[in-house]
Amino acid sequence: MSQTTGTLLSPPPVTGGSRRKGRLPRWAAWAVFGTALVLVAGIGLPAGLALALVVLFTGVLGTLALYVLSRVTENRRTATDRLVTCVVVGAFALAMVPLLSLVYEVVSRGIGRLDGEFFNSSLVGVIGEGGGAYHAIFGTLIITGLTALISVPIGLLTAIYLVEYGSGRLKKVITFLVDVMTGIPSIVAGLFAYALFAIFFGPGVRLGIAGAVALSVLMTPVFVRSAEEVLKLVPNELREAAYALGVPKWRTVVKIVLPTAVAGLGTGVTLAVARVIGETAPLLVTVGITNATNLNPFDGRMATLPVYAFYQLTQPGVPPEFAIDRAWTAALLLIALVMALNVVARLISRFFAPTTGR
Amino acid sequence: MAKRIDISDLNIYYGDFRAVADVTVSIEPRSVTALIGPSGCGKSTFLRSINRMHEVLPGARVEGKVSMDGQDLYGPDVDPVDVRRQIGMVFQRPNPFPTMSIYDNVAAGIRLNARKMKKSDLDALVERSLQGANLWREVRDRLNRPASGLSGGQQQRLCIARAIAVEPDVLLMDEPASALDPISTLAIEDLMTEMKERFTIVIVTHNMQQAARVSEQTGFFNLSAAGQPGRLIEFNSTEKIFSNPDEKATEDYISGRFG
Repeated sequence: MSQTTGTLLSPPPVTGGSRRKGRLPRWAAWAVFGTALVLVAGIGLPAGLALALVVLFTGVLGTLALYVLSRVTENRRTATDRLVTCVVVGAFALAMVPLLSLVYEVVSRGIGRLDGEFFNSSLVGVIGEGGGAYHAIFGTLIITGLTALISVPIGLLTAIYLVEYGSGRLKKVITFLVDVMTGIPSIVAGLFAYALFAIFFGPGVRLGIAGAVALSVLMTPVFVRSAEEVLKLVPNELREAAYALGVPKWRTVVKIVLPTAVAGLGTGVTLAVARVIGETAPLLVTVGITNATNLNPFDGRMATLPVYAFYQLTQPGVPPEFAIDRAWTAALLLIALVMALNVVARLISRFFAPTTGR
Repeated sequence: MAKRIDISDLNIYYGDFRAVADVTVSIEPRSVTALIGPSGCGKSTFLRSINRMHEVLPGARVEGKVSMDGQDLYGPDVDPVDVRRQIGMVFQRPNPFPTMSIYDNVAAGIRLNARKMKKSDLDALVERSLQGANLWREVRDRLNRPASGLSGGQQQRLCIARAIAVEPDVLLMDEPASALDPISTLAIEDLMTEMKERFTIVIVTHNMQQAARVSEQTGFFNLSAAGQPGRLIEFNSTEKIFSNPDEKATEDYISGRFG
């Protein structure tokens, strides 16, 4: 008995060759892919193969070669492991291609006009060179801010109802409608808001607030969903602890549930804002575009970054290159805004999360 | 402060399922009453129905009569929120509010109910409650630190302090020590012995030594088969239950010859 235990616990005997033999050195994978690259490039490039295809073929050839090599020298399990590793890394690289190429393209084309004038001036009296997006930047901030102002209370109250109070059929119907709303095409939301405001102000109405209403149709369901998930994460034990102290339900929700969930709710708001800040179609039909600065969302057309980029690109004027440059810079700014919002969401969830020791 | 609880013909339901049937029992003031029995026999459900915490679950309801010093707790004009202010509860898992400091946790019952209190009075109440829960000496110099930084046993004593800060008449404890190590368990048992001077205490426990150590009265719950409602098989003085119980089932359970 004790002998068996001893054998089980002692490490397997290391007999130099027999274990080392079935194992490729660390640099083997790099070597295989390097050789594949040299081979493909050596044969392909003189024959006029595109660079993208060279990379693709290198990946495929290298993966196959590594698998065969590993299968011959190592065992089957290791070979499968290497194959799957290659496929996973390849899939990741493939997914990164559009992202990197998009960021590269927008940054390289947009960075040129990212100057003081772009932030300081509107397009009033600008023909050709110069001009900026001052009016569009503030338009976007104002309209998105109004959108959040409309959507967050509605969304939060809906989520509270669904998680804390709702039951039975009404809850199911609301959940279903929220799901349906999530799928509404953005242009439909824009047309809805336009039709709504046309009832009061007549056809052809263009108002910043109409754009905010259109965007909140898109933002509300997104926020309801995330807020619902966050509220569900609040442990039921905390609600019970509050009830057991004789705290009424509404006060439990306000004082216990919401503070516990505040980090997640903040993240939800920022991500929902990021979702709608780049919408173009609804703003096109509800807010329109203007060259002058209009910071009053209740009075006429306003400029917004996505619509600004759209018009600068489609109606650049003569000569076109300056307007097209401005369009790229507006696109760059929009991406930067969304990225900044994501960072803010991260920070919120880090700093407001309740400290759970232990 | 401590009050007596009389329960008669209590039936407790989850939807259509009857979880506990026909409980009639009187719980004496200024004493510890222990409830023992196998898992799923309805001890916790019974406990939660005393302070009307049972009904916060969807579909849960209660039939029968629960009265505290003659006042019917399930009467038509009784607000369950008021009942819970008079009958406090400590749960199995320590559940301090994670967003609050130690001080705020103890003051939670006052603050959350928006009761106005002078700062000095509140300070005194917090100190008194923490002393009552035997935690004051350990936390007095870090009252403003988050409660989640305490150990499990300290968190549970914090929950007890939070429960007694609202000055209830009765304290219900649902396996308060089952998630704790023996030292913390001992601390909480000592605490119960001290607290029974002021409160009526009802404790659910799986630990029979604990029931024997801390309680004056013991009730044994059992269910005849899975799917059947749990019943109160025997209710007697703890001494009698553990030495010479009236019922065969009680003796089998206590001596480990169960099932």
